[in-house]
Amino acid sequence: MKDRFNLYRFASPATFYPLAGKAIPWFIAASVLFGLAGLYLGMLVAPTDFQQGEGYRIIFIHVPASWLSMFIYLIMAFWAAIGLAFNTRLSGMMAQALAPTGALMAFLSLWTGALWGKPMWGTWWVWDARLTSELILLFLYIGYMALTAAIDDPRRADKAGGLLLLVGVVNVPIIYFSVKWWNTLHQGSSVNLTKSSMATTMLYGMLLMALCFWMYTIAVALMRARTIMLERERHTDWVKAELEEPAR
Amino acid sequence: MLKIILAVVARDLKLAMRRQADIVSALFFFVIVVSLFPLGIGPEPDLLRKLAPGVLWVAALLATMLSLPRMFADDHRDGTLEQLALAPHPLGLVVTGKVIAHWLVSGLPLALIAPVLGIQFDLSSDALVVLTGAILLGTPALSGIGAIGAALTLGLRGGGVLLSLLVLPLYIPVLIFGAGAVDATVSGLGGEGHLSLLAAMTFASLGFAPWASAAALKIALE
Repeated sequence: MKDRFNLYRFASPATFYPLAGKAIPWFIAASVLFGLAGLYLGMLVAPTDFQQGEGYRIIFIHVPASWLSMFIYLIMAFWAAIGLAFNTRLSGMMAQALAPTGALMAFLSLWTGALWGKPMWGTWWVWDARLTSELILLFLYIGYMALTAAIDDPRRADKAGGLLLLVGVVNVPIIYFSVKWWNTLHQGSSVNLTKSSMATTMLYGMLLMALCFWMYTIAVALMRARTIMLERERHTDWVKAELEEPAR
Repeated sequence: MLKIILAVVARDLKLAMRRQADIVSALFFFVIVVSLFPLGIGPEPDLLRKLAPGVLWVAALLATMLSLPRMFADDHRDGTLEQLALAPHPLGLVVTGKVIAHWLVSGLPLALIAPVLGIQFDLSSDALVVLTGAILLGTPALSGIGAIGAALTLGLRGGGVLLSLLVLPLYIPVLIFGAGAVDATVSGLGGEGHLSLLAAMTFASLGFAPWASAAALKIALE
């Protein structure tokens, strides 16, 4: 690149589209590698838990999914803030591209949590503060997706969705603490999930799985963002050129 | 500043008074939903007393939601909203006025009728007082948060259902502390803590929500 390297160059869909296209295979590869390493550590190397037996191994999916479901919401809110403050086109697309993955992660976290809870606590679901707030997080994702899907004008969808995300992000701590207090008022903390005494291999396995989920999220979000870009910029020259290329 | 808010409140109240059926139907929705629960779960007083705070609050949430779309829709349809947005006053103040008017029309009647419904659920007089107080304190927050949802869904197809998807999750803290205040009174713990938190949420949402709604209205009016 002859001119000074400028990150803002990639704020334009025309330049970001090919960059994302080049980056996606790398993120997929990284995701597969981290995933294989994490699963190897988690499933084969990590010792069996003396209390929970083999069933605990579901945390290698559960914990990364829960982390990601929360991180993704924050990242979406970050993009929303950027989009509303600087009126950038790409931020709204990124927020929308991330939303389905975030909802998927929240759902996975609830689902694997239920699968884990059945043998461990003897029940699929308890109204524990964490479970409840994760469920509400899923509702927030669904609300965001429903809102952006209902608005035909993409610019308005981005902005309205962005505003909702910012309102949501302010509310998340309030919701979390109110659910927590509500829970302790009702029945006292019935389950304690603190895992301070975790074996190192378990921790590494979990971190590797988290990295795998991260890379997967980035790859999928970029793919989705590319599709959104093509759809929204279909009247522009670069999209026409891009779409004609394979036919040549 | 106060003048603008009061002018909007007076205008919205006048408009609401011209269509009293809307107010009454939301109120009766509340009454009917609450009355359905004993029919569904049985007439045992102990059970009803335990369920009362939650049932009343959930019904109050739904009744408030019912009247939310009208907060901006009529003004949007006849172009008043655009004029208000063009006016030199900050749009946030106008929305504050509208939120207050919405509360006077939807939240206040709920609080007034709630004790009667509470008696149906065999609540003690202490609990009834706290219930009324909690609904009085909590419903302004519902109107405030709801204004954001109403502004975001302005003019969209399927606006009502969408609105509930957006707003109900955000109502959860109010529900928890509103019902919690009555619960705590019934169980003898005292509901002051819950009521303080409700009041805090009301003031916070009355302070911030109008500005968020104003931003949402500007997006909708673009």
